[in-house]
Amino acid sequence: MTEAWLEPAAWLIILPLAWASVAFLAGPGRGARLAILALVAQLGLALELAADLTQRGARMHAVGGWGAPLGIDLMADGLSAVMLLLTQAVALPIAVYAQAYFAETHHRHAATWFWPLAGFLLAAMNALFLSADLFNLYVTLELLGLAAVGLVAVGGGTAQITAALRYLLVSLLASGGYLLGVALLYGAYGTVSMTTLAPLAVGQTPLAVWIAAGLMLVGLLAKTALLPFHFWLPPAHGGAPAPVSALLSALVVKASFYLVLRLALGPFAMMTGTAAGLIGVLGASAILWGAWQALRAQRLKQLVAWSTVAQLGYLFLIFPLLAADGLALQAGALQVVAHGLAKAALFAAAGVLMRATGRDTVEGLAGVAGRVPLTLFAFGLAGVSIMGLPPSAGFLAKWLLIDAALKQGQWGWIVVIIVGSLLAAGYIFRVLRQAFLLAPEDSHFQPVPRRLEWVAFVLAAASVLLGLRGAELVALLGVGS
Amino acid sequence: MSTGLLYALSGVGLFMLGAVGVIVLAHLMRKVLAFNVMGSGAFLVLVGLAQRTGQPDPVPQAMVLTGIVVAVAATALALGLARALHARTGGVTLTQGEDGD
Repeated sequence: MTEAWLEPAAWLIILPLAWASVAFLAGPGRGARLAILALVAQLGLALELAADLTQRGARMHAVGGWGAPLGIDLMADGLSAVMLLLTQAVALPIAVYAQAYFAETHHRHAATWFWPLAGFLLAAMNALFLSADLFNLYVTLELLGLAAVGLVAVGGGTAQITAALRYLLVSLLASGGYLLGVALLYGAYGTVSMTTLAPLAVGQTPLAVWIAAGLMLVGLLAKTALLPFHFWLPPAHGGAPAPVSALLSALVVKASFYLVLRLALGPFAMMTGTAAGLIGVLGASAILWGAWQALRAQRLKQLVAWSTVAQLGYLFLIFPLLAADGLALQAGALQVVAHGLAKAALFAAAGVLMRATGRDTVEGLAGVAGRVPLTLFAFGLAGVSIMGLPPSAGFLAKWLLIDAALKQGQWGWIVVIIVGSLLAAGYIFRVLRQAFLLAPEDSHFQPVPRRLEWVAFVLAAASVLLGLRGAELVALLGVGS
Repeated sequence: MSTGLLYALSGVGLFMLGAVGVIVLAHLMRKVLAFNVMGSGAFLVLVGLAQRTGQPDPVPQAMVLTGIVVAVAATALALGLARALHARTGGVTLTQGEDGD
């Protein structure tokens, strides 16, 4: 047994809180260096936690020796470990990217706020993945939302502030619904611990619990931008600076999805079972509508943001397919990881392309193939995972999903998955095709720091190569479930 | 009807009032105030429903304290952003500064 003060789960929360606060005091230059060093340590901690869990199974940690109900318990199992690993694995390259991205003088203002907010964002997210009770989850969800809203506004433009405010209001409404749900649950059962609630909420459930489940699920779906609650996402994610968009699209929306999944597997198994068909239909509509909007988007980052709406739809297809064989769950976790890495790569690449052309329209991309070939390659590679072509992790996720649908004879979902992939191919190739056109005479290309290009490439390569290591990921996911 | 249940029902009423306010009202300041009404409603439910045993339960009280801190932070952020929007556009509603796309 490791010493309590060496517990990696606790340090995964303390460390980002600490560097966020120091970065606020020390300014962007030193703050960035500190953040990158700390993120290397965080990635190490997440790996250590994952290795430890595979050997010894899921575990609880009572913070400061104070157990529930008045203290806070941290709980780590396979699903939390996968999410923690993804978070640190995306955050580290994005921090390296952001340091170079914000180095230019006209980004100074944004950089001042980026580092502290990114640290608080990561602390809230790590805490969310490790929380064992519904109220603590509310607090982490709210902290995550506030940090994310701050990051959207970091650029300081009018459109960004409008998007941030709209995002904040949706986020507050959603977490308000979640909190009321928690209050009703506490009133009904006198506990908010997920492990204690799970056996209570089966069989004869009072009406208040059904209302609570409805409020909490709707709130969380709104935070995950599932159709018809997706309207806040494209302006917020598409308008923010590239490193912020990458963090938000790759990680933040996954946090509320993780919570839906936790509830569906635990206390609300019965309620989500009833609503699963509806959630699946909403997911399917999100896949089609998001991809359609991405095909029509004029601006590059809007295109990538709409692609997020579509890819999040796949995550909700798993609810009608959740079964004892665990196939759909594995598909969901793989899709979270694959999309996380690929979308971070797409936004990183989009940031480079916009800087190279000085414009953010898809049309303005003509000729970039010759200027930033590595970035374009990264965009295509990440696109492979988004479309779901082998051997990428995105392929593995969609394949498992199709497999799960076949096993249960639910053919309709398979059509949606395939049509969604074709539409995804449409919007990815739309960008690539434009990039290979000849540049117009009057175009000026700006030089881009090599580091930005390499980060996009590394993230994209990871999302493809992870497909070859799917078995390890699935094994880790199985710990403690 | 017990006092606790009365508190809880008023809490649900306040919550719905606030939620409708956040959605329907145009002025940002009113939206922020409505959010606070909504939050208070949820807190009232939390404390009210837990009083059924006749003895005060410390756990929901600790939760409400935490929730108030979170609500204050959210309010401050919303006001800060609203001020920033007002400084840039002179408007106090979300329809100004709209970007079209």
